[in-house]
Amino acid sequence: MVKLRKYNGFFTHFFSVFLFFLLLSCGNNLYQNTKIEGKEIGVTDEYGENKSVDAFVAPYRDHINKDMDVVLAYAPETMDKSKGEWQTTIGNLMAEMTMEMGNPVFTKRIGRNIDICLLNHGGIRAVLPKGNVTTRNAFEIMPFENSLIVVELKGAQIREMAEYILKEKKPHPLTGLKIIADKNTSKIKALLVNGKPVEENKIYFVGTSDYLSNGGDRMNFFKKGIQSYDMEYKLRNLMIDYFKKTDTIPVITTERIVFE
Amino acid sequence: MKRRDFIKNTVASSAFLSLGGLSLSSFGQPEVKKITILHTNDVHSHIDPFPANDPKNPNMGGVARRAALVEKIRREEKNVLLLDAGDIFQGTPYFNYYGGELEFKLMSMLKYDLATMGNHDFDNGIDGFYAQLPHAKFDFVSANYDFKNTILNDIVKPYKILHRDGIKIGIFGLGVELQGLVDKKLYKETVYNNPVEIATDMARILKQNEKCDLVICLSHLGFKYQNDPEKICDVTLAKQTKDIDLIIGGHTHTFLDKPVVETNAEGKEVLINQVGCYGINLGRIDFYFDKKNNATANSGRSIIV
Repeated sequence: MVKLRKYNGFFTHFFSVFLFFLLLSCGNNLYQNTKIEGKEIGVTDEYGENKSVDAFVAPYRDHINKDMDVVLAYAPETMDKSKGEWQTTIGNLMAEMTMEMGNPVFTKRIGRNIDICLLNHGGIRAVLPKGNVTTRNAFEIMPFENSLIVVELKGAQIREMAEYILKEKKPHPLTGLKIIADKNTSKIKALLVNGKPVEENKIYFVGTSDYLSNGGDRMNFFKKGIQSYDMEYKLRNLMIDYFKKTDTIPVITTERIVFE
Repeated sequence: MKRRDFIKNTVASSAFLSLGGLSLSSFGQPEVKKITILHTNDVHSHIDPFPANDPKNPNMGGVARRAALVEKIRREEKNVLLLDAGDIFQGTPYFNYYGGELEFKLMSMLKYDLATMGNHDFDNGIDGFYAQLPHAKFDFVSANYDFKNTILNDIVKPYKILHRDGIKIGIFGLGVELQGLVDKKLYKETVYNNPVEIATDMARILKQNEKCDLVICLSHLGFKYQNDPEKICDVTLAKQTKDIDLIIGGHTHTFLDKPVVETNAEGKEVLINQVGCYGINLGRIDFYFDKKNNATANSGRSIIV
């Protein structure tokens, strides 16, 4: 820079301008995004597999598989939570098995019966494929560590529950409660528990998961519970116990929500 | 246009400031630079491929295969980033048995650069997540979860800036509202802040202050909610913000055939991509950068999806 001062003004100016263009064309950080390409690539065996990754997983896999591959029951057909608008075979199964396995525990401890079971559609995390049912299926369908909670609700909250279900339009696993709704307005026409109309102030015992009883999935009616009883029975263990005692898994299609 | 003017101004001033530092090596810079973004979301502990008899995704996925695919792309491309948009945890017995240790170790083997937190990453509690962090050789970012009063304070940062081949890439994370979705006893004192407000701040910081060439949002907000249009989602986020180039999404397990192009608050294009779930797919977005003077002055960028 000191040397530059010896040149005449015109040349200094020219050199500066020259350097400016030099930098403009060659400098760093002067790039601009001109094109974007995007795509999705399926992960298949097309490019093989990384052997060291697979070898790393192997001991973990072997340990788990010893437990997971035990055959517990048989499924006569594939049960998928995406097949059905208001109820699904897998949802019905989960609600029924929760009632069947949970009620004896509740009765023994509290001396009452569970009236309704409600779980959530989002909580069914896998398909139950046709064929042998293993411990793995139970882990995949119900991976969470949630446990069975029985909440004491008044009839008014059962009505809120029914309104929630009709508004959500999701096939949440449900048993014990029959919702009859108007086919045009979707408004409740009747609510039946054990074949009898729900009474506003009557107490009902509802089996659900600890996640939902704490207001999960915005099932806020559970928060209005008079009392709740933790059965300390993990829903996954309940499912495994049910599979163990069942030879062929029933395909349950009885309607819980009826429009007329 | 503002950004372009800004760059021009920077050029003018830096030219005079850095005369002494000029060297001929700058002539060696390539005409076009390419940044390849690879991404996953909602892998949910799916480490092994689905079995051949799986009714939905037979023979798909698997971390060893994903590793082979990523390796192949790394051999072909110079500047590869590998990102994950959350819900790394929960979904197979690997998580029930090992609490996420294996997921983090494998992602480290695949050389993931960065991830954000999904709701299921809280499934063993914020403490359970923290306990597995020593196994992760990559960082987590989340801008709208305020972890100030939690064990993750100063560990999970709002954003991270990565440099690849002279291109500056700013990446921030966004998480879904936890209340009603995750038990409070699991997320503890984590505070959820408004994603649009936070994203607006983040984009400004990264594009205007930090002068990033590329701003990416790693989002676990979900792609779109048909039954709940008011709920914030990636599509709404894209429309209501500016200066974000790419939103990599998760949470809704949305299988997009190809990335979706939305128009942002100042009429520019934003890309949104999400690749379903369970490591079945790998997303790939290539950003090409031309030298400033080579790009035709008024032409925008072309998006090929």
